[in-house]
Amino acid sequence: MSAPTLERPASDETALQRQFDATIAADHRIEPRDWMPEGYRKTLIRQVAQHAHSEIIGMQPEGDWLLAAPSLRRKSVLLAKVQDEAGHGLYLYSAAETLGADRADLTDKLIEGKQKYSSIFNYPTLSYADVGVIGWLVDGAAICNQVPLCRSSYGPYARAMIRICKEESFHQRQGYELLMTMMRGTAEQRAMVQDAVDRWWWPTLMMFGPPDEHSPNTAQSMAWGIKRHTNDELRQKFVDMSVPQAEVLGVTFPDPELEFDPGTGHYRFGKLDWEEFKRVVGGQGPMNATRLARRRAARDDNTWVTEAATAYAAKHEGAGA
Amino acid sequence: MVHEETVYEALVNAHDEGHWAFGTGFDEPLAGVDTTVPDGIDPADLGAYCLMLGDDALVLAQRLTQWITNAPELEEEVAIGNIGLDLLGQARLLLARGGSVGVLGRSRQLATDTIPDEDALAYFRDADEFRSTALVEVENGDFARTLVRLLVAASVRLAVLARLRDSRDPVLAAIATKGVKELTYHRDHAARWVLRLGDGTAESHRRAQDGVEAVWPLLADLFTATDVETRLAAAGVAVDPADVRDEVRAVLTQVLERATLAVPDWPADAPPRGRLGEHGPELTELLDTLQGLARQHPAATW
Repeated sequence: MSAPTLERPASDETALQRQFDATIAADHRIEPRDWMPEGYRKTLIRQVAQHAHSEIIGMQPEGDWLLAAPSLRRKSVLLAKVQDEAGHGLYLYSAAETLGADRADLTDKLIEGKQKYSSIFNYPTLSYADVGVIGWLVDGAAICNQVPLCRSSYGPYARAMIRICKEESFHQRQGYELLMTMMRGTAEQRAMVQDAVDRWWWPTLMMFGPPDEHSPNTAQSMAWGIKRHTNDELRQKFVDMSVPQAEVLGVTFPDPELEFDPGTGHYRFGKLDWEEFKRVVGGQGPMNATRLARRRAARDDNTWVTEAATAYAAKHEGAGA
Repeated sequence: MVHEETVYEALVNAHDEGHWAFGTGFDEPLAGVDTTVPDGIDPADLGAYCLMLGDDALVLAQRLTQWITNAPELEEEVAIGNIGLDLLGQARLLLARGGSVGVLGRSRQLATDTIPDEDALAYFRDADEFRSTALVEVENGDFARTLVRLLVAASVRLAVLARLRDSRDPVLAAIATKGVKELTYHRDHAARWVLRLGDGTAESHRRAQDGVEAVWPLLADLFTATDVETRLAAAGVAVDPADVRDEVRAVLTQVLERATLAVPDWPADAPPRGRLGEHGPELTELLDTLQGLARQHPAATW
């Protein structure tokens, strides 16, 4: 698929732009064959690819516990979840392909560090409680980020998000249920849960992205309807919802400044360490190199498989094999 | 439809199973099933047989899971995940059936009471109590060897479970009926890959042939019945593995020939060592990983 606009005369483009603007203003969907400004297309490809990469890299932290999951039921639940993430990656790469991107090329860009994925996946999973906390907090934050995107102005992305959000909410519920079970278990298990919450809380809050004053693209993305709330709005909403859930669970968040403000109806919380965020996004997090090395190995060690499938398809083209 | 304002918020009080995409049905494999053993069947034999079939599924699921996040394509992550989940499901049912007839070995002494039978059996038996075959225990090797092994394992298991649908034990018959549908897909998936790899590029052909050469010797002990299988086959409960040999051989020969691969000599039948609890170091290593966490916290509930 190619961008159809490059050769058009300027006057034509003005009319197309007007039509595009009207579609956005009416909160209708842009579809793959519709004209769209190059900036919209590029921003969306970047957004959707980053999301797809996050699903695929996000398989690793929990995947590290697949072989050691402590019961067959938990192993099944976790395998189903990690498998869902691969499926999410597939839908999202497909959505990016409707914008003219190519999955293999996007994967190469991920592996070469030219495109990002969510920095949360650069932290290690040290105990089985991490599996539960990822489900509760990380998937919970992802839901807060993603549910508004079910109304994204780009049709294929919006539709992918509807399905993904349903599955994410299932994952989140399972994560929370694991933590509830562990909290009812031994003292050691309760300590594992609290430790995991302590390690994941701040990185989870960073998932919403930099503060609004340092998020230069937000205004344009909101105007285009591919972002629906600012980073800080979503972060505040997440904190407000998480505090009562932590109370039910019986854990605390590692923030002495966390306090309900009756004046605003919101929880006040402490300052995030944005230097750490920059370091991790910039590739210096604890697991960045490991995550990308594994993705690279999956591609490079198995190139011969893809080549074989392509060669076989060429030989048997039309033979229905 | 997802409601923006409520999905995360509703977590604490969400008990409505209906609104989760796939339900939450990973619980209690034999819930609601009548587990009475039919007359004339020795429960100890029936349980031992369930462990044979259950351990094969569990160990192969564990091997396949090693591919997750390492597979050649995302579609293959999904497919391998599916097959692993099917096999885990079969393992859970079969181990639970073994537990329901009281075949728990030493595991029940090591596992606390709150741990269900399926987990006592999976996590608290040592290698010498496992009844799996070497075919499912050996390392994956590359993608070609993994898929050749899967082809062989799925072909054998499908042939056995297809016959077990008529077992006199209704629980086993029901497990087999479910499993046949799953294994038909597993065998088909593996066969398609063996065709692509065998008849793909020179490199994939070489790797597929190497895989075949590595896997074929493991056929030796698959078709020799243990005394348990002989007794249960005579009672109409189990399958004598010798009865499926020709069918499996025909399927494998057909796939390999279509894949332009050389079919090695069929190995002579050997004693069923795995079924009797004799295993190589690969199983011990696999179990160390599988069981480590559960054994570190024997009093924990998960």
